[in-house]
Amino acid sequence: MTIASVTQLICFVALSLTLVLGALGVVLLPNIVYSAFLLAGVFLSVAGLYLLLNASFVAAAQVLVYVGAVNVLILFAIMLVNKKEAMAEIPGLLLRRVLSGAVCLGLFLLLLRVDLTTPWAVPGPTPLGEDATTLIGIHLFSDYLLPFELASVLLLMAMIGAIVLARRDVYSSDVITGEAADQGLIEKERTPLLLESPPRDTTLLEKV
Amino acid sequence: MPASSIDIPLEAYLVLAAILFCTGVWGLINSRNAVRVLMSIELMLNAVNINLMAFSSYIDGQQIRGQVFAIFVITVAAAEAAVGLAILLSLYRNRETVDMERFNLLRW
Repeated sequence: MTIASVTQLICFVALSLTLVLGALGVVLLPNIVYSAFLLAGVFLSVAGLYLLLNASFVAAAQVLVYVGAVNVLILFAIMLVNKKEAMAEIPGLLLRRVLSGAVCLGLFLLLLRVDLTTPWAVPGPTPLGEDATTLIGIHLFSDYLLPFELASVLLLMAMIGAIVLARRDVYSSDVITGEAADQGLIEKERTPLLLESPPRDTTLLEKV
Repeated sequence: MPASSIDIPLEAYLVLAAILFCTGVWGLINSRNAVRVLMSIELMLNAVNINLMAFSSYIDGQQIRGQVFAIFVITVAAAEAAVGLAILLSLYRNRETVDMERFNLLRW
């Protein structure tokens, strides 16, 4: 074994341990803030695995998008909904955990069997080194152009949807009745925060 | 030739992704905090990405279509996280809780 392969093996083992332990911490730790920070560790170790797989561009994208954006978003969500509340006891919780654990273990064994018994076509062609980034660009602007453009539309839709959903007190009133129209059936009664001044008492219909 | 296709077998990455995916599924089923459910979904998406990248490097080394797929998965995951957290905030504003057991508005 050369020194390069030993280094690679050590990196792989360290990243795998970080990944598995971090993932277990994310789902098992009672404090959700610790979970969120461990999730950042999981994302970073996944980026390290991408580097081991000769994919520097995707590793950079992983760090930027997941650690920089998604994880920060999750932390902000935790801060916004962080109210100490005692979760009510529900009967059969332990049984549920054991059963779902058994199901997940079965799924894992199935995946393990598929992974280990399928004759994969390795070794394939020689992996590209640093040319991979160029090739990704060529792919994105030739044969994957339509998904690329659709992804931009999807991101725009997600952005507008997130703004509309998370905005506080969208006070749209029904034109006919003058009642609040936003989810009035399921929301609790509350006074909108942005509506300090009394609402216009003439609706559009009366003006007409 | 980069050494990664010799030393670490492809199966190691696949088993690692399987462990990560099953952890994510368990967390998805058993979490009572809605934020943790979203985190579990991110874990599962990352497991899928590891599979795609491993196949791309070991089997499709000259075309790397798996890396392009992984980029699209990352894009969709970012959109999903944004919309999911917005829905979570909206739910929290209405129900004043993040307990998954109490989000039963649409249950029979």
